[in-house]
Amino acid sequence: MSETALLTARGIIVRLAGRVVLKDVSLALSAGHLVALVGPNGAGKTTLLRALAGLIPSEGEIAVGGDALASLPLRERAKRFGYLPQGHLVHWPLPARDIVALGRYPHGATDPARLSPKDAEAVLRAMQAVDVMEFSDRRVTELSGGERSRVALARALAVEAPIILADEPTASLDPRHQIDVMKNLRATADTGVLVIVVTHDLGLAARFADHVLVLKEGNLVSWGTPDEGLSEQVMADVFRISAYRAEYQREVVIVPWADI
Amino acid sequence: MSVEAVTLTNEEAARRRIGATAALAALMVFLMLISLGIGPVRLSPLAVAEALFGGGSEVAQVIVREIRLPRTLLALAIGAILGLSGASLQGLLRNPLASPSLFGAPQSAAFGAVLVIALGLADVRSYALPVAAIIAAFASVFVLLSIAGRNAGLLILILSGLAISSFAGAATALVMNLSSNPFLVLEIAFWLLGSLEDRSFQHVMLAFPFIIAGAIMLFSQRHAFRALSLGEETAQSLGVDVGRLRLFVISGVALGVGGAVAVTGTIGFIGLVAPHLMRPLIGHDPGRLLVPSAFAGSALLLAADIAVRIIPSTSDIKVGVLTSIIGVPFFLYLIMRERRALGGGVA
Repeated sequence: MSETALLTARGIIVRLAGRVVLKDVSLALSAGHLVALVGPNGAGKTTLLRALAGLIPSEGEIAVGGDALASLPLRERAKRFGYLPQGHLVHWPLPARDIVALGRYPHGATDPARLSPKDAEAVLRAMQAVDVMEFSDRRVTELSGGERSRVALARALAVEAPIILADEPTASLDPRHQIDVMKNLRATADTGVLVIVVTHDLGLAARFADHVLVLKEGNLVSWGTPDEGLSEQVMADVFRISAYRAEYQREVVIVPWADI
Repeated sequence: MSVEAVTLTNEEAARRRIGATAALAALMVFLMLISLGIGPVRLSPLAVAEALFGGGSEVAQVIVREIRLPRTLLALAIGAILGLSGASLQGLLRNPLASPSLFGAPQSAAFGAVLVIALGLADVRSYALPVAAIIAAFASVFVLLSIAGRNAGLLILILSGLAISSFAGAATALVMNLSSNPFLVLEIAFWLLGSLEDRSFQHVMLAFPFIIAGAIMLFSQRHAFRALSLGEETAQSLGVDVGRLRLFVISGVALGVGGAVAVTGTIGFIGLVAPHLMRPLIGHDPGRLLVPSAFAGSALLLAADIAVRIIPSTSDIKVGVLTSIIGVPFFLYLIMRERRALGGGVA
C-alpha cells in the first residue's frame, strides 16, 4: 500500500504448540484508517493481532512508525498500541475510573490515585468519548455487558496510542451497542489513529471499515475496500456463504444469507 | 465536565484507606506492647513502653528488651511477610483463595529445613536452615505455578497446592521416619507445629535479612498487580513484564516464607486471612492491599501469640496450631462464598 504506512508486517509466521497458525502474512496499514480483520473461526485473527502488538513471538518483521517492533522496549511498545482483548475481563471489582486509568500505565501513571493533570485529562477524554462518566465510581463487575465493554474500550483509548487493536469488541453486545462501539472506533480512526478490529460481523465490517483484511487458515487471502475485500468470490471461497449486497444511506450493506 | 471529576472522587477513597491503615498501625503498636508485657512477670503497656526506651527498673528492661523483644519482633515481621505473601499471590493469580499455606510453601520450606537438621548438616541456628527452607519453598511455588499455567483456574490451583503440601508433608514424615534419633524426631515434631517461644536475637538475625529482602521484592511489584487485574495479556500490552513479575513473586514469597519457617516452623493461614480482612476496608485494588495486608498479618500473629500465652492449658499451645484452628474454618467460609466459581471448574 502506501509508503507512509504506520504499521507494516513482512512474512509473519507464528507457531503455537507446534502448529503453524499464521503462514507468511504481510501487510502495510496507514494512520487514520479503520481496518476490519475478518475470517472464519480458527483463521488466526486473534493470533495476528497479538503478533502485531508483540504479545506473542513471531518470525518475520514488524515495524511501527518506522521502528522495528523487536527493538522497542516493553514500555515503549505499550505506548504505541492500545490493545483491547476479547471478553473485557476484569478480575477484581474495581471502579470503572481506575480501570480506564490503567490505560495510562505505559505513560508511567501506575497509580490511579495519583494521576498527573495530563494523565487525568487523557482519562477524562477517553471516558467522555465512549460516554462512561456516569458510572465512573461504579465497580466494573456490577456493570452490564454493554457498559463494561465501553469501559474496556475507554481503557484502550486512554493509552492515546497511534494504533488501537480491538479483538471482537462487539461480541455479545446488543445491536445498538455494537453500532455504538463501531462508531466510537470510527471516530477514533478519524482523529488519525490506525484502528484494527477483529470481527465476525461482516455487516459492521462492510459499513464502518476503510479496509478489510480476510484471513483463511493462516493466510491473508483478500484485502481492499469492503466491496473488493468481501467480494462474492471471497464470500464463497472463505466463508462458504452467499450474501445479500446493497447500498443504504450511501454505505455498503452486506448481509450473510445462505450456505452454499 | 472537568478533570476534577476524575481526580477528586479518588481523594475520598484515599482518605478512607489512609485512615484504615493508620488505625491498623496503631493496633499493631498496641498489640506489641501487650505482647511485650505478657509472661511470668506481667507488665502494663505503659511499663513496657518505659522499659523499651530505657526507663523503668533494670529487671523490666532486661525482660522487655532482651527476653521478650525478639519474640515480639519475630511475630511482627513473620505476620507481615505472611500477609504480604498472601496478598501478592492473590494479586498474581487474581484469585482470592491463593495463599502460601494452601500452595504448600511453608510445608515445603519445613521439609527443606527438617532435611538439613536430620542429616546433621547444620545446627538449628545456622544460615543453612533458612537457605534450605527458601530453596524448598521456591521449588514448591515454582512447580505449582508451572502446573497451573498462565490462566490458572481455582480448581487446578487448589488441587496442585493440595498435592504439593501433601508431598512435602509426606517427605517430612519420611525424614522423621528414617531418623534414628528419637529426641531429634520429637524436636522436629514440635518445631513443625509452629512457635515463637524462647526465640532470641540470633533467630531475629537469621530470619530478618530474608524476610526484608522478600518483602522488598513483593512490594516493588505493587503496580504490576494492579495492571494484572485486566489479565496477563492486557497487562503485558500495558508494558508489564509478566514473566519477570512471576519470578519476583515466587522469589519474594520463597525468601519470606522460607526465612520465617526456618525460625518458627509452619504458621499457616495468616496469608489467606489477612487480605480478606482488608478488602472491605481498603477495596479490591491488589496493589493497595499489600501494605494493609502485611499490617493485618502482623496484628493477627501478634494477637495469636498473645492468645497462646493467655489461654489456660496444661501444656503450652503452639501458635501455628492456633492460627490453623482459626484459619481453616475461615477457609471453609471462603469456599462457601466462592462456591459458584469452584463449581464452574474455572474461575
